[in-house]
Amino acid sequence: MIRTDKLVFEYIRRDEEGNVEGITRAVDDVNIDVRPGQFIAVLGHNGSGKSTLAKHFNALLYPTDGEVIVDGMNTRDSEKIWDIRQEAGMIFQNPDNQIIGQVVEEDVGFGPENMGVPTEEIWERVDESLRAVNMLDFRKSSPNHLSGGQKQRVSIAGVIAMHPKCIIMDEPTAMLDPNGRKDVIRAARALNSVEGITVILITHYMEEVIYADKVFVMDKGHVEMQGTPKEIFSQVDKLKELRLGVPQVTLLAHELKKSGLPLPDGILTKEEFVEELKKLKR
Amino acid sequence: MSIILDHVNYIYDEDTAMAHAALTDVNIKIDAGEFIGLIGHTGSGKSTLIQHMNGLVKPTSGTVYFDGKDISDPEFDRKALRAKVGLVFQYPEHQLFETDCFKDVCFGPKNLGLSQKEVELRAYEALKQVGFDDDYFYQSPFDLSGGQKRRVAIAGVLAMKPEILILDEPTAGLDPKGREDILGLIKKLHDEVGITIILVSHSMDDVADYVGRIIVMNKGKVVFDDVPKEVFRHRQELESIGLAAPQVTYVMQELKASGFDVDIDVTTLDEAKNEILRVFSK
Amino acid sequence: MLRDITLGQYYRTESIIHKLDPRVKIVGTFVFLVAIFMVNNAIGYAIAGLFLAMNIKLSNVPVRFIFRGMRSIFLLLMISVLFNLFLTPGDPMFTVWKIKVTKEGLKLAAKMAVRLVFLITGSSLMTLTTTPNNLTDGLESILKPLKLVHVPVHEISMMMSIALRFIPILLEETDKIMKAQMARCADFESGSIINRAKNMVPLLVPLFISAFRRAMDLAMAMEARCYRGGEGRTKMKPLVYHKEDKVAYVVLVLFLIICVAVGRMKF
Repeated sequence: MIRTDKLVFEYIRRDEEGNVEGITRAVDDVNIDVRPGQFIAVLGHNGSGKSTLAKHFNALLYPTDGEVIVDGMNTRDSEKIWDIRQEAGMIFQNPDNQIIGQVVEEDVGFGPENMGVPTEEIWERVDESLRAVNMLDFRKSSPNHLSGGQKQRVSIAGVIAMHPKCIIMDEPTAMLDPNGRKDVIRAARALNSVEGITVILITHYMEEVIYADKVFVMDKGHVEMQGTPKEIFSQVDKLKELRLGVPQVTLLAHELKKSGLPLPDGILTKEEFVEELKKLKR
Repeated sequence: MSIILDHVNYIYDEDTAMAHAALTDVNIKIDAGEFIGLIGHTGSGKSTLIQHMNGLVKPTSGTVYFDGKDISDPEFDRKALRAKVGLVFQYPEHQLFETDCFKDVCFGPKNLGLSQKEVELRAYEALKQVGFDDDYFYQSPFDLSGGQKRRVAIAGVLAMKPEILILDEPTAGLDPKGREDILGLIKKLHDEVGITIILVSHSMDDVADYVGRIIVMNKGKVVFDDVPKEVFRHRQELESIGLAAPQVTYVMQELKASGFDVDIDVTTLDEAKNEILRVFSK
Repeated sequence: MLRDITLGQYYRTESIIHKLDPRVKIVGTFVFLVAIFMVNNAIGYAIAGLFLAMNIKLSNVPVRFIFRGMRSIFLLLMISVLFNLFLTPGDPMFTVWKIKVTKEGLKLAAKMAVRLVFLITGSSLMTLTTTPNNLTDGLESILKPLKLVHVPVHEISMMMSIALRFIPILLEETDKIMKAQMARCADFESGSIINRAKNMVPLLVPLFISAFRRAMDLAMAMEARCYRGGEGRTKMKPLVYHKEDKVAYVVLVLFLIICVAVGRMKF
């Protein structure tokens, strides 16, 4: 679905007079292969290059070196750029700064309008998209009167209405409260499992990635770790080094293990944790 | 230092069709040296409440007393109050405006009409208190990372030498390490500098490890006001207002339900660890 | 809350006026404005008033809500009334202290007041019954002929609609930054004008930075959603005239004819 090949992205820093101060390598030799239907999580602390990477997936940024292939299309191919952006939708961090319409349904229709979808079909797409994120009741509302989580779900609907094969979510929950966070993640998981849309979730909330098929951990523009959530969260100390944490249950199990209880690494849910403790008791 | 809110009510947009109660009969007493967590989901009234404490918002009815004096008394020196009750807003880095960090931190003390020497002394001290590196003092705040900017913004309030510091979601948008750093910093300010702290959050996990008292708000009312253990006992009520007890509490509950003889009043990771170890060492 | 300012605000309800094509409402408002400046006798104003009242009734917008918007222009209204009242030469009716009030002045003041009230009420009725998006769509469509002379009509209307969406957000942000600086003992209220202007810096710098950040974010979000200008764009809500709209046009023409015919008669 999305493949990067030795992807490098550099940008030039300039001082106030416009002189070149230096060159920063924000993404450094990244090779990623995302297959259709996967739920992918990208973890990394602020400034690790994960957002820059994400913006390459739908041709908002172009590689300095290397290649990004989206569904067989190279993002360098300027004729394919709109097809790429339609197939790989993007959700950003700030819920206020990505809603264009002044009424929920008009915002959801914005993408299809740009693509030149016939009017009748736009309405069908808006209906189904708002239903998919459970926001149909708010279709006539003004976005200014919605909560952060609701706004993000409207943004997701706006992307779904473009019928993408893949959705890239760039820290969609960073500015939300716990309830909004839950709703957005639930919507993302439903899209992935029900509609079969590939989801790439960029986040630094550990709890949000435990259901991912695969996790990439970024640091200084590199992919530092990759694997299943279990494999990743088994390495508590390494994650801490990368300015990240682990879910609380995982941390508790890790601490207990250090104190001598023979627990396995990478326990992700409290159910798992209780099961393991039960085994120990016997 | 003490703040007393006596039967405080606040109505938004009074006299209009949109009038609604933001605070209803709030009675709170805050004493010197406390470390308080103020919890509630978005729209619960917690932001309105803290703005009452430094006189930014006047109650529709009821009285706010600072050190026994009514702060809406025309004789009362509100400028002095705002210096003593420091309020750090959500995303405080969005208020930075000066050309360098040091100047920005000087803004508060300068407004107090102090001598240039005193202003600079306080700014220096405040920046040191938040662990800000000397090298960055004369850098533009806009070139810093998110976590560093936030430190500068907090220093900007600290430089007024507040006796009480209120922080609205100080960790919002930061990565796990950044969150930990800021919370550690706040704890240090409480323990070492002796500042009274009110930490506003919507996450119990953030506050459980630190605070000695939790005030829970819902729909403009104070629902609980007690030590953490007591508050977390009301798990069902908390959930019904869109909040949750810390994750470890749920783990312990699950263990208890599976026949482990653990104390379910545990709220922090360390306590949970010790409790489980205790059960297993029997 | 600042989110709910009345200026250009849309009042959500169901009504025949709400359903009308925005182009009809824009043309209608224009016709109404022309009419109230053409008539110059009491009957003419009565007709215009009646027409306005009928529209308000049909719009289902509470009268109270419409007149709330009046508060802001009350001062302007008073000033123009007083000016006309006291400064028009002519037949003196009575004198207040040293100032003569003339018959002509009274007439002119009344006329000004009625015109202003009608003007504001009429145009706010348009904004109250039309979503801003609809309104910009309507404008875009009405101004379409200007495209021939290379006026970027689509871009202008897109800019207007984005501005309308962000005004409440930026107002709220202003409030927030102001409070945050006040928490640092900033003073926005006292001092000389120069000092006060200087004191606005801590408010304006963060506000501009935030506005730019939002603009960049929004531009990127629009690009990500395949926005590339007006070319090849379809509409979710294309403007199509229905039967009611045609009827409304006929009513408007009739209204204008009656106003001109009756309103300019000399008795």
